[in-house]
Amino acid sequence: MNPNSTLRWFRFASPQTFFPLAGTIALGCAAAAALLALGGLYVGLVVAPTDAQQGEVYRIIFIHVPAAWMSMFIYVVMAGWAAIGLAFNTRLSFMMAQALAPTGALFTFIALWTGSLWGRPTWGTYWVWDARLTSELILLFLYLGFMALHAAIDDPRRADRASALLAIVGAVNVPIIYYSVQWWNTLHQGASVSITRAPSMAATMLTGMLLMALAFWAYSIAAVLVRVRCIIRERE
Amino acid sequence: MLAVARTLVHRDLLLALRRRSDVATALLFFVIVASLFPLGVGAEPNLLRAISPGVIWVAALLSSMLSLGRLFAADHADGTLEQMLLGAAPLGVVAMAKCLAHWLVSGLPLVAIAPLIALQYDLAPGLYGVLALSLLLGTPVLSLIGAIGAALTLGLRGGGVLLALLVLPLYVPVLILGAGAVEMAGAGLQPDGQLLLLGALLVLAAAFSPWAIAAALRISME
Amino acid sequence: MLEAAELECERGARTLFRGVSFVLRAGELLRVAGANGSGKTSLLRILCGLARPSAGAVRWKGQPIAGLKEDYTRELVYIGHASAVKDDLTPRENLEISCRLAGRAASGEALAAALVRLGVPELPVRKLSQGQRRRAALARLLVSDALLWLLDEPFATLDAEGISNLNGLMEKQVSRGGAVVYTTHQEVGIRSTRVVDLGAGA
Repeated sequence: MNPNSTLRWFRFASPQTFFPLAGTIALGCAAAAALLALGGLYVGLVVAPTDAQQGEVYRIIFIHVPAAWMSMFIYVVMAGWAAIGLAFNTRLSFMMAQALAPTGALFTFIALWTGSLWGRPTWGTYWVWDARLTSELILLFLYLGFMALHAAIDDPRRADRASALLAIVGAVNVPIIYYSVQWWNTLHQGASVSITRAPSMAATMLTGMLLMALAFWAYSIAAVLVRVRCIIRERE
Repeated sequence: MLAVARTLVHRDLLLALRRRSDVATALLFFVIVASLFPLGVGAEPNLLRAISPGVIWVAALLSSMLSLGRLFAADHADGTLEQMLLGAAPLGVVAMAKCLAHWLVSGLPLVAIAPLIALQYDLAPGLYGVLALSLLLGTPVLSLIGAIGAALTLGLRGGGVLLALLVLPLYVPVLILGAGAVEMAGAGLQPDGQLLLLGALLVLAAAFSPWAIAAALRISME
Repeated sequence: MLEAAELECERGARTLFRGVSFVLRAGELLRVAGANGSGKTSLLRILCGLARPSAGAVRWKGQPIAGLKEDYTRELVYIGHASAVKDDLTPRENLEISCRLAGRAASGEALAAALVRLGVPELPVRKLSQGQRRRAALARLLVSDALLWLLDEPFATLDAEGISNLNGLMEKQVSRGGAVVYTTHQEVGIRSTRVVDLGAGA
């Protein structure tokens, strides 16, 4: 990358310069999100075939699985911004991390809620201690912890840096937590079925989920950028 | 550097000795929590035997977490923590020394008391060894990870509850592996896998937490 | 020896001070003056390396202190507002531990002599008055050979005898080639070569 363009990108590290750019991108992504969601829902609700075992109820995976993917993806991105903030000491990086947390928590909650709704007609209970739902629950606590720590510290600089460190420590732990919960699940439930074992994927189902995932991604970008603009206004 | 570490461990142990009641209270908490469960779920022997590894581990988790408040808070309040940041040893070494002292006072006794609780729950005698070993490997990890949380929440109001929210999700793997090891042994299988994984967690925590604790202390003290 | 270049300190949304620069040479005494809330303690903490300035740099013998870490902190003694003595230990134990933590060895006699010189009784610190705790903290100055002293309100809670004791200590430090930076509200009759005034505060 030639030095001129690198300098141009670093210009956006200033919250003031980033503000209008964020607005434009947010608008574009919101529109994209709406279109993708329509497409995804169409595929999921209309085009994808009825499942042999679970009937129509299984269609909730078109929201449940993409939401779970996004919840984990957003955490990694959040930890990434946190690391950049700690390394380069740029205010905007911390603001991005702060803006990502509520959206990540929202998707985690949606994953948990849709998982629970799926559980009721399928397995008879609103909560199943399967590996994915339990991991999502712990991920929700990690998000809430991040937001709580940031809110508990008055000094904005200390709040930014402390929650950034927490996000990184959490990110390192997430694979460990995930695999230990997986193992715990096999120890205690053995061969019993779980929500993670979705019906065998027809191509249309996969397309539907991917479309919804992209829709959620576009929505996340839009929501996060709008929130960052609010944070910039608040703090600058 | 080692001299500084030795001085710190010695100092913390001396302080714990002079404040014996604080230490004893946390250990008493361990016993009380474990005694609450039969009152809640009934005294059916088979049930108690089945839940005992989990109960003992959860009680150890909570007791360890309660005692984290003592790790940095007192030194922060009277200014000695600042002096440690200005001392001759790197902050990571200081962190390790304090965690070691903390574990000796709050974690190691749990390993000694756990068999008594296991007795209350009528755990099979052959499992005492696995239980003690799992706690021996797991409680240092709890001290190390908990110290990160304690350093981040230094001096905050509502610190204790916030610390719990931050640290308990990170404790989950230790809990799963620790209790799981005892349950595996109880089912007649070899607990080697879980114990080795616990050991691996301990090595990882010992390698990386000092850096995180030092970074957290600097952030909190700025 | 110690150089501060264009230091700026922000606390929350306010700028406490900016553009603070000075050079401190061996044998100099520097007093940091300013109203309450003008950032005197923050400046001292920045000079120690405990806090980072939002702009500017601190250099020790030409090198930025951020890179020096223990090599720099080994050469200074910082006594802040808090006395940094543990309530549950005796002054002698506190002093011994302070020395060891700073990487200095001190003989038992030297420690005892320092405490006697400042008039600190050998009781658990819990039982001492504020002034006596201050003296127990200041005893560290007697047993250390550090070149730089950073003292935040060292005269607070001291009686007349304590103040004159400390005056003497500071003059001796300066005359043997060390340097002292201190803040104080009181007029303590000590000749300072320099004053850095942080102004009226934010």
